[in-house]
Amino acid sequence: MVQFSQLRRFDTSFAAISDATRRGVLEQLGRADASISELAQRFDMTLTGMKKHVGVLEQAGLVTTQKVGRVRTCRLGVGGLREEAAWIERYRQMWAARFEDLDKIVEQLKQKESSDGRSTTE
Amino acid sequence: MDAVRPSEQTPQPVTTTDRHSEREVVVTRTFDGPARIIFAAWTTPELLMKWWAPASFGIRFLSCEADVRPGGTYRFVFAHPQSGEPMAFVGRYLEVEPPSRLVWTNEESEEGSVTTVTFEERDGKTHLVLRDLYPSKESLDEAMASGSIGGYPEQFNQLDILLKGAPDVGSARV
Repeated sequence: MVQFSQLRRFDTSFAAISDATRRGVLEQLGRADASISELAQRFDMTLTGMKKHVGVLEQAGLVTTQKVGRVRTCRLGVGGLREEAAWIERYRQMWAARFEDLDKIVEQLKQKESSDGRSTTE
Repeated sequence: MDAVRPSEQTPQPVTTTDRHSEREVVVTRTFDGPARIIFAAWTTPELLMKWWAPASFGIRFLSCEADVRPGGTYRFVFAHPQSGEPMAFVGRYLEVEPPSRLVWTNEESEEGSVTTVTFEERDGKTHLVLRDLYPSKESLDEAMASGSIGGYPEQFNQLDILLKGAPDVGSARV
């Protein structure tokens, strides 16, 4: 049974990764730590805009930041939360995509069954 | 806290995913059709090839062999534009109980999961529960940390799936 606290934690994580830029930031930080200004540059955004995105990720525990001098460095959150939340979401998306195609197959087979059924009973 | 069991929810095409335990991930979905049809789609190579690798993955089936009986083996081979080498996914069927239950191993990696799928029919609809049980907490943690999903290496998923679009946040765990 999934605990309520876990659900809440995941909800925050899912909201945080519902945005393409934030997912991109996570991918980027998965490769290397980066400063907010580096991220802003890479994603062609203002510093303020990137600060907001990083703030959301930080609240979800997906990213931690540390200010040294004038530079705030971002890195992936500790404890594997990023990996787990992102993995489960991608895993869900994989199955959801498969099942959308499977829906079509089921529909086709149902139609075939009903037309076969008619032809054999007639 | 009373949780609504998946099979008691209003049937709707929502795919839910949970880490149910330290070494298990569970997927649920309801299909608008009888279990025998859903079961056939999971156990017939020609049908599997039509849905197991959706076009949105960028993955293409090269071949699909499945000897669906207890002890029988399967071998799915895919091509992907980002990979020069075809990728093979292999394993064995452990339990085959049409139209309600299918269990197979995932043996392309050493610490692969055992997948159990059950099909429960009610009023013409079929509720599917898929459980991926890993041999240990460490092996599931490892799979998550590697980014590999369902045996697909990270690069197969990251851009194709993760960045495909906004996830369905509201319905992720209805």
